[in-house]
This record gives sequence, structure tokens and C-alpha cells, in this order.
Amino acid sequence: MGYTRREFIRIAGAGAGAAAAGSGLASRWWGADGDPVPDPGTDGDKVVPSFCELCFWKCGILCHVKDGRVTKIVGNPKHPLSRGRLCPRGTGGTGLLYDPDRLKKPLVRANGRGGQSFREVEWSEALDRVADGLKGLREKYGPESLALYTHGYGGSWFKHLLRAYGSANVAAPSYAQCRGPREAGFRLTFGQGVGSPENTDMENARCITLLGSHLGENMHNTQVQDFALALSRGAGLVVVDPRFSVAAGKADHWLPIKPGTDLALLLAWIHVLLAEGLYDRDYVDKYAVGLDKLREHVADKTPEWAYTATTIPPEKIVATARFLAGARPASLVHPGRHVTWYGDDTQRTRAIAILNALLGSWGRRGGFFLPAQLPLPKYPYTHYGTEPKPPADAAKGRVYPFADETIASGVCDASIPGTADYDIKGWLVYGTNLLLALPEPEKTRKAIQALDLIVAIDVLPAEITGWADVVLPEATYLERCDELDAPPWRVPFAAVRQPVVEPMYDSKPGWWIARELAHRIGLADYFPWKDSVEYAMQRAHAAGLDCDAMRRDGVVVGAPAAVTIEDGVEPVFDTPSGKIELYSQPLADAGFDPLPNFTPPEEPPPGMFRLLFGRSPVHTFGRTTNNRFLSEVASTNELWLNRRAADELGLADGEQVVVVNQDEVRSEPLALRATQRIRSDCAYMVHGYGHDAPGLRFARGRGANDTRLVTRTKIDPLMGGTGMNVNFVRVERRQP
Amino acid sequence: MTVDTRLCVACKACVLACKAENAVPDGFCRDWLVEETRGEFPDLHAQNRSERCNHCSEPPCVDACPTGASHVAGGGAVLVTHDKCTGCKACIAACPYDARYVHPQGWVDKCTFCLHRARRGEKPACVSVCPTFCLEFGDLADPDSDVSRRLRERRYKVLHPETGCGPNVYFLE
Repeated sequence: MGYTRREFIRIAGAGAGAAAAGSGLASRWWGADGDPVPDPGTDGDKVVPSFCELCFWKCGILCHVKDGRVTKIVGNPKHPLSRGRLCPRGTGGTGLLYDPDRLKKPLVRANGRGGQSFREVEWSEALDRVADGLKGLREKYGPESLALYTHGYGGSWFKHLLRAYGSANVAAPSYAQCRGPREAGFRLTFGQGVGSPENTDMENARCITLLGSHLGENMHNTQVQDFALALSRGAGLVVVDPRFSVAAGKADHWLPIKPGTDLALLLAWIHVLLAEGLYDRDYVDKYAVGLDKLREHVADKTPEWAYTATTIPPEKIVATARFLAGARPASLVHPGRHVTWYGDDTQRTRAIAILNALLGSWGRRGGFFLPAQLPLPKYPYTHYGTEPKPPADAAKGRVYPFADETIASGVCDASIPGTADYDIKGWLVYGTNLLLALPEPEKTRKAIQALDLIVAIDVLPAEITGWADVVLPEATYLERCDELDAPPWRVPFAAVRQPVVEPMYDSKPGWWIARELAHRIGLADYFPWKDSVEYAMQRAHAAGLDCDAMRRDGVVVGAPAAVTIEDGVEPVFDTPSGKIELYSQPLADAGFDPLPNFTPPEEPPPGMFRLLFGRSPVHTFGRTTNNRFLSEVASTNELWLNRRAADELGLADGEQVVVVNQDEVRSEPLALRATQRIRSDCAYMVHGYGHDAPGLRFARGRGANDTRLVTRTKIDPLMGGTGMNVNFVRVERRQP
Repeated sequence: MTVDTRLCVACKACVLACKAENAVPDGFCRDWLVEETRGEFPDLHAQNRSERCNHCSEPPCVDACPTGASHVAGGGAVLVTHDKCTGCKACIAACPYDARYVHPQGWVDKCTFCLHRARRGEKPACVSVCPTFCLEFGDLADPDSDVSRRLRERRYKVLHPETGCGPNVYFLE
């Protein structure tokens, strides 16, 4: 053949991308035999930069368009969150854009809610119906009776609409059903939350500790890149998880903890750090208050004490505490993301924050950077007018004093008449499939039935759209321009989402829908711009950014900023003491534990397992499970059960089972994964499957829906989060 | 090519990027993920591997091909010439890695190492997309290439070395 094995694989410029076609080595090697690989022809005749919306991390993408069709989506090398790479979902945007099940025309309900019976109408009729409903609510109950649920970046136009309308009831399940407790816990301790994208400097960490956080399965692009970079540089890894997750498979120490007892482990680690003097004394002396009280508090929280709760042997607790401390200050105890587990979640994340403080990692390289942000002046809107009433997101007389955002589950509860300080009577639901996103779906249905108006703005016929009075088909993120994205990050940047192709069918971008509604209800003054491109470029221009460069590159990156103490930044702690609060006076004043206390959670009864759930790297909850491109490699979920436990039940790996919870709610059938990779006291499944909406023709009937099994929650008294890992299930063979 | 199994999280970004880049038809793929777990709870070991055609040095698929469609191309990659391929599947039977499938248009298809990209100085789609940097592609003859460096620095294995077909995808452990 004329080539030896050692000549194998030569690539010019080794990926520099600089070697153009026809140059030197590249052309000499590949094609030397006159038989080049035929070009598959997926390169676009134009490439449009934008940012992704398959999840909410907002990575920069380059969209190849050929003959008016998007052929492929790749990472934008200039964008700091993607750095030219993408997670599996990012590539799969075409599967959303060309989903044959997309909402194509506005729909108006033909009979009772939940009946799934609609007629197609023109936009003018649909918008008039919604506008009439909105005017009716305002006159009859006041503007605060309208709530907006929103998840996704196009929701900004509706947030603005609601504020102009006069309601503060803007909620996303991403707070009280997900990352809320850690924001509250870190804010109480450091005076600031970790935000999204998180300010974790994992890339430079010398030790990473994950508690229940299954990075790699939970796929946020930059975070996974940083995780891999740290591992490739030899960072240590401690994974605390009842399941041998992908991350656990890479760990130096995997602690298969009994679910619900992480706080006991954290307190014992803190005990060891203090007892052995392993903490960062200088850092704590300089920046923190409450060390003496903390020391006293954890005096009896010994590794032996924690062992009985966690089942982690004391010597392992001591060894891992020393391992963490050995890498400080570049020792990062990750705050997690989905952390609404047991109702004591703010206190648990407080313990994580305290542990990080003792390691001296906040503000340090390899710990938590102090993010920089491009200042982007707000659009010069007309002033909103009087302050709206505070949100109705808690039962009458109930206050969650440390909630930083509106509680989505609380707004849902407030829609059941007489529950809250005032009734919510109308919902705008933007891209939020509440029946899969909120726990206790029965309650969600009850709330919906009590509403005067429910409008869904969505791309797909998700379950929630089946309950709406009017369904407005939105264009996908590839067909619209949204708000600019300039989050606090390691480097300041601003990115633009721009239309890659024209909206398909009769779908319309969110900005257009919001503006049309505003015009119909007397709020036109709040939408003075021609379109969202004009709006976005006005903001970019006002910030002094190069608009042409932004549109050409998709992103403008600011000058590198100093983001750590090592870089010379002095951290500022927005707490009452102006310092890191190991002991929290605000918590004491509000009648809560000023230092975290562990209370063992209720145990599953004999024969039952604690139901845990998590993520697939290929999917974003139930939003993407109808995406045929993505689902080709992840079309269903499985029930993970310890192999021995499965044997005892006489169940075999791969067979179809049904999961039944403590309230006798039965799941859809799904395959059993009998595995060594999980403890025998819990069961696990990936969230987002088990759709029953008839319009989701691909996802419908695939896998099981964990949300249906979450028929009880434990509420976090500090910030209203719904702890969802408190449901128990038994597992039965599927009856034929 | 090298695959760093310590970094791979089995997310399948490589599979989907390949499908998009190469317009691989629905229901087929040119690369795939293997998640291997050994041991018993709690003493477990896991390995994730992004697998594909090994572009063997002594490729049995080429020996098996009656028409010369399967061949070793310039540079050492194993390729299939579409118009010479009759879709007889002899190569599929011969391949120890199950790396080939019959394209709906009749020829046998598999990983090409994205040589259409390599000719422009770009890395294969799977390598370019990978969020864990676990894949690397380059010149094994060049001691300064990233693949050579990785093979010098790390323990590695190939799949099915017993077949003697000389696979050229290396799994770093």
C-alpha cells in the first residue's frame, strides 16, 4: 500500500484550523491516492453565529445554513462559554427546528381544559382573545392577579410585559424547584449567590468535591470542560453520591452516602478541619466571623457521629477531610445545581459554603472566582410606574424570609382560591412545561382549573399547552433575536442571539408576540422599538460595544479582568457584618438555626426505595425528549436499582417494571437497570421522560415520568424550595 | 487517534457531531459509546469509551472486500469507495469492531476520520466538539504530535489486540 503504519495520520497544523485547503502537507497527505473522502456537504454557504437554547447555559454556536436549511450547528470558538465545543444538545438544535410536531398555528380551546381539543385560528384572533383576557383580569382582580411562568431566554419580553402590566408574579421552577437553596445558602454566607453560569473556577482547582452533583451526566458545557481540564491536570476528585455516577467513576474517593445525610458528612468534615487545624487560618481571620461559635457547634459532630447517619466509615471521613484540605485554597466544594432535595437544603448549602470558607476557596484561584461583567445599560424604557404588589407565592401568613426569587410552586398554590394573600387568576406560561416541572402535578391541574385565563407560549405541544385556553406558537431560538446575554463570568462578554433562518410555519418570535399584546392592552409605550434586533443593538451601542463585530462574531469579549484574590481583587461580602458569616445573625434573628443542624430524614419503609432522579447529558428535562435527533441516542429512561435488591425482588436486568409510590401512584412502564452502581436503599431515574401529550408524537409513551411520583414535598422554611427526594417507591414487574 | 477514558463522560456529543457533520442517516452512527463497569458495590471501576472504526494497519475488511472498494488510503486511513461498493457486507462480517453499516443508498459506510476536514487542517468533528478534550487526532509518526505525546505519557490499550489487525485507536487509561 505504500504507507507504513508509522506514517499513519498526518494532519497539517494539527487542528490549528489555519491550514487552508490546498496548502502544503494537508493536500499532500490526504488525497494523495486520488480517492479523497467525498465531502458530505454539510458546510453552510453562510454561517450565522448565535447562542444556544437547548439548555439555559447559552453557549455560543455557529449555525451552518445551506439552501435555506440549517445543516449543522457547531461551537463558536470565540464564545467564552463554548470555546468552540458543544455538549450533545447543542448539536441537536436542528432536531428542534425541524421537529415535525412543532406548534404551527395559534390555537384556541374548543371545549373544557385538559380536553386537548383546539381549533386553529389566525394570529389576530388569538392575540385579541389573550388581550381581552388580560384586560378582563386587570379590571376584575387587579394586575397582580396575572402570573408569568418563564424558563428560557425569550421570556425576557414577557417579564417586561408583566412588569409594565403591573404584576410581580414572575416565576421559574429553576428557583424553588432547583438551584434556589444554594443561592440562599451562599448569599447568607458570602453575601452573594453563585449564579448561572456558576462562578466556580473548576479549571484551576486542585481538588473538586461534588455532593450529588453528577457532572458529565448533568451537562453544562463550560463546567464539564473545566472539570475535564482539572482532571487532566491531576486535580483530586471526591464524589459523594449514593449512585456510582459518571463522575464517581473518575473519583479518588467515592463516598456512597446514605441519601439525605450529606449535611452530617459536611459537619463532620468541618469538625475535622477545625479539630486538626487544617483550615485556612489567615483567610478565616481576615474575612470571616463566627469561627468560635462554629467550633463549639461542631465539637460533637465527630466522624463517628456522622458514620451512624451517613454509613461512611469515620476513617474515610477523616481521610477525605485531609484530602480536601491538602489542596486548599484551590479546593472547590461544588455548590451543586439541582439541590431541592430534603427541605433542609439551604442549611445544607450553608454548610457547603462554610466548608469552602474554611478552605479559603471563595475568591481564590481554583475556588470561586469573583466574576466580571460587561456593563450593559438598560433600554431607556418609560418608567414602569408604581411598585406592584409583592408576589403571591406563599400560603396566607407564611413568609420565606430568605427567598431571592419568586417561588413558582407558591404561585401555583396561590391560584387555588383563598390559599394566599390574594388569588392568582391568570397564567402566561412561556416555555415551561409545568406539569413536568412542578411537583405534585395533581395540585397543578387543580390550580389550572380555577383560573380565568391560561395562555401557553411554546414551540412544542408540551403537556401544558393541552391545558391552555390559547396556545401561541413561538419561533425557535434559531429563528429569532432575543435579549443580549452578558452574564457575570471569568471574562466579561456580551453575546447576541440572531435569527439563523426565517420562522417556519405561522410561528412568531417572542418579542413580536409580547409587543402585539402590549399594543392591544394599552402598553404600547413600553415597546417602542421596531424589532428585537433594533432593541439589542441599541443596548450594545449604548454600552460602547462594536455592534458590527457582535453580529459578525456572535460575541464581543471584553478585556481580561482580575477575578481572584491572587489577581489582586479584594472580595466584598454583602452581608450585615461585611464578612463571611460562618455564624449567621440574620438566620438567628429570623428564628432559624444560625449554624446548620442535621436532622435525619424519614427512612423508606421496608420493601420501598427512596426515589432519586437526575439528568441525561443529551436532554434538558422534558424539553428535548421529543427531539428526534437527540433521542436517537437517548430515547428513554431506565430505573436504576441495586442488582442484589433486584435479585431479591426476582426482577431481572432489562425487564419492564412499574414504579409505585407511597400514595399508590403508578408510573408508566420502564426498563429495569439492575446494577452494582447504586445503593440498595434508593432507586434512580433520569427526569424528562414519560410524556403523555398526544402532540409529542415521538416522546409520548417513552419511559416514565418521575414528576408524577413526586406527590409529596418537604418545603424549605428559609426560601420555599420544594424538597423532592422524600418520596418512596416499590418496584413491580409490569403486568402483561 | 487517542481516547482518554479518564476524561470521557460518555455524553455522546461525539456521536451527534459526527452524525451532523457527515449527514449520517437516521438510525445509524459511525461512532458510539461503551460504558463498562467492573466490580461489585461499592468497589467499582468504570470506563467510558468513544469507539469507532480503528483504521487498522492490517485491516480484515480490506482483505474481505471482493471489489476493492474497502481500501487503505493515503496516510493509512481505511476508506470505502462508494461506487465500487456493492453492499455485499463481507467487510461487515470481517470487522472485529462492528464499525460498519450499510448506508440506505447501498454502499457500506463507516468513520472516515473526517478526512474531508483533515484536508483543510481541521480535526474530525468528534474531536472538535468533545467537551472533555478526551479525543485527539494526529500524526503518529511525528513524535511532537499530541497523539504521540499522549501515548508516551500514558498507559493505553487497543481493542481486540488478539485479532492482530493492528488497530489505530488507542484508549488511554
